[in-house]
Amino acid sequence: MPKFAPKQSELKKEFEEKPSLLKGDYPDKELFDTPVEFRDGNWCYPAKPEIVEDIGFANPRKWSPTDEDWKLPDGWEKTIKDGMKDRLERFRSFKLFLDICVRCGACADKCHFFLGTGDPKNMPVARAELIRSVYRNDFPLAEKILKGFSGARKLTPEVIKEWHMYFHQCTECRRCSVFCPFGIDTAEITMMGRELLHLIGVNNNWILEPVSNCNRTGNHLGIEPHTFVQNIESLAEDIEDLTGVTVNPTFNRKGAEILFITPSGDVFAEPGVYTMMGYMMLFEHIGLDYTISTYASEGGNFGFFTSNEMAKKLNAKMYHEAERLGVKWLLGGECGHMWRVVHQYMDTMNGPADFLEQPVSPLTGTTFTNAASTKMVHIVEFTADLIRHGKLKLDPKRNDHLRTTFHDSCNIARGMGMLEEPRYVLNNVCNTFHEMPENTIREQTFCCGSGSGINTEEYMDIRLRGGFPRANAVRHVKEKHDVDSLVTICAIDRATLPALMNYWNPGVSVYGLHELVGNALVMEGENKRTEDMREDPMAGFQDEVEDED
Amino acid sequence: MKKAVMPLIMVVLLAFVPYVAVQFAGLGFLFGVIIPYVAIVVFIGGFIYRVVDWARSPVPFRIPTTCGQEKSLDWIKPNRLESPSNFWEATGRVLSEVLFFRSLFRNTKAELHNGPKLAYGSSKWLWLAGLAFHWSMLVVVLRHYRFFIAKVPGFVQLLEDVDGFLDITLPALYVTDVILLAAVTFLVIRRFQDVKVRLISLPADYFPLFMILAIALVGVLMRYIVKVDVMSVKDLMVNLVHFNLALPEGIGALFYVHLFLVCVLAMYFPFSKLMHMGGIFMSPTRNLANNSREKRHVNPWNPDSKFRTYAEYEDEFREKMKKANLPVEKK
Repeated sequence: MPKFAPKQSELKKEFEEKPSLLKGDYPDKELFDTPVEFRDGNWCYPAKPEIVEDIGFANPRKWSPTDEDWKLPDGWEKTIKDGMKDRLERFRSFKLFLDICVRCGACADKCHFFLGTGDPKNMPVARAELIRSVYRNDFPLAEKILKGFSGARKLTPEVIKEWHMYFHQCTECRRCSVFCPFGIDTAEITMMGRELLHLIGVNNNWILEPVSNCNRTGNHLGIEPHTFVQNIESLAEDIEDLTGVTVNPTFNRKGAEILFITPSGDVFAEPGVYTMMGYMMLFEHIGLDYTISTYASEGGNFGFFTSNEMAKKLNAKMYHEAERLGVKWLLGGECGHMWRVVHQYMDTMNGPADFLEQPVSPLTGTTFTNAASTKMVHIVEFTADLIRHGKLKLDPKRNDHLRTTFHDSCNIARGMGMLEEPRYVLNNVCNTFHEMPENTIREQTFCCGSGSGINTEEYMDIRLRGGFPRANAVRHVKEKHDVDSLVTICAIDRATLPALMNYWNPGVSVYGLHELVGNALVMEGENKRTEDMREDPMAGFQDEVEDED
Repeated sequence: MKKAVMPLIMVVLLAFVPYVAVQFAGLGFLFGVIIPYVAIVVFIGGFIYRVVDWARSPVPFRIPTTCGQEKSLDWIKPNRLESPSNFWEATGRVLSEVLFFRSLFRNTKAELHNGPKLAYGSSKWLWLAGLAFHWSMLVVVLRHYRFFIAKVPGFVQLLEDVDGFLDITLPALYVTDVILLAAVTFLVIRRFQDVKVRLISLPADYFPLFMILAIALVGVLMRYIVKVDVMSVKDLMVNLVHFNLALPEGIGALFYVHLFLVCVLAMYFPFSKLMHMGGIFMSPTRNLANNSREKRHVNPWNPDSKFRTYAEYEDEFREKMKKANLPVEKK
């Protein structure tokens, strides 16, 4: 049991017995009368002073959310108010979303954190009210005459504590914005809230340390170039041991046709490494002329969880490196927030990438017109196109030992709209695939509960609650269809869902889509395959082996 | 409940003011001529100000919430409304929101059962009541056009005929009157009954509901029960339209209550959440095409940012890179 997780029996009891707004119990206190309480498992360690200093953020110091005094800088109220004014002028979304909410409550029970905690302030509308109440205080006279009329309140240190807590109990997943009649997107509110908090040094080490690492070494994990190469080469050796096929990835190679960028989690952490092996096997199988960069060695972008400026700064490396290497276009691995940035932000922030060419698949000749300007194609789009044109030799039986379901990652579903491609690929590489209930997939998908930079160990209590709706939907197909494999196309999912599954649905393993592609791929010159990438036996291939033995 | 008391008192007071002022203090001109002019100026001026104010803030990023398949490979069918790929499809999406409340139609209700187990049921009552309320409100407002113009236009006559098709009272009962009152009542009750909504409701949420309820009730009262002199009302309104400041005699005081509440609501409108009427057209998660990889979206304030270049990176790691047989720019 993880250290910061509640005992499952206790949490179950709490769900079943404790009165909650979700179950129709009105709380004793009104929304803003409830104080925030930081306890084990519901706060992330603050950023180390040297890291804050390194990336040039405000107010480096030693502090903890459990401290009474957060050592906010002098004049912090003005900093926040000026920062808010500045953002209202720069982001129509922020201004409009603060102004037009009618508090109809359609979003209230759509948030995974509300469903998992029952905490009233986790209703998306209430989360926005945390800022809206301060914004409204611009009309102090009206508020004086009609006290409480529009829910305005003063900016106090308590408000900052509340912001810190609830803007980190939002994973910017945008599920609420699907249901809002005006499309109000809490992710926009949370992003602004977090930017404001950074102005006064209220932060989270799990986000800022990767930011600092990524700036220096090119990836979140802080892996230096030689180690990065070593690791991928050892994955190549694993592939050779498993299949007998040699794959030869190249690094920082000028003149390659394609630069491939994926989250560094795929290179370094289980089960992401199996997905990385899947990519490499695929590229070998089709003879792709690609290279991997040690400098732009991160697909993800934790800067996106701090400020727009930092997101831009970290993202800039992709085009910079593509230009230096002289590649034609970019191919991106499986990741959620990476693709939110690439799809909706990259070209605006760091484009136009005139030095690249419109992506064309060298195997099928398909022109990716939907990436005409950004010049970056999603690996799942790429693979779906390959399969469609019959360019891959696949044996889906090799995944018969897995009974799968598919988890749409938030950003891919609601920030990009890639829903069919992964299903098409999955259906072609495995024989048993069951969808979770319709209110929990596609554009209505539930977050893993740990997105947007909160996937840290000390935050486990909140993560397990936030991930509960997702886990619950998996349990449904586990019980109904014996599903034991949760397939994802997101590196954060691969990093966080195993813990969530262990807690709520023991026996369910987490896979990347291209890991299953790798399993199913019939490669030229391969040895007889009896084991999948994890060295788990494939079903139906054992007998042959024994016969031969 | 407490949060509903203040707005209720406010509406009752606001209703009394013109009644007393006209009935006992002879302030008909103030409430029949001056305040309506002020109200219309504040409403139009305020509305434009708010919309222009929003428009002054740019949309730095293209951030549609995609609620359907994107346009990608040509053999995959895109969802043109929920993931629009061009301006016209995005327009269709906005219209589907404005005219049919498409997103609200998706609404579900989550329930936590023992196990623990979450279940999501369809929940379309808010959609239905919201749609019924807004549409009947529109018809009611359009019907009022007959008071402002000497010759009643054909479309207003048609609306009235259709609206009054039941023909069960004299004058004919308008279906929209009934729907409007029922829907607003439902929306008020829902604010009390659903604990989640009760918790987030502010006095500023109850106030417009009570105002609309009061305006509609007084209107219904005037039409069906305590009749006012409709011809004089029409004279007054036509006069106002033509900037003729004469106040016809003998309009019942109840009319001034109706008119004053409408004026207050109109003046309150631009400074309240009621501006969602204008805002819905400008919502960047709904009115933008999901084509940001195909066409570059420009951010007018795109900041200059100094990122760590490859050269700086190589300077730090050159020796390690060489040892790992990685190509380097400077030997």
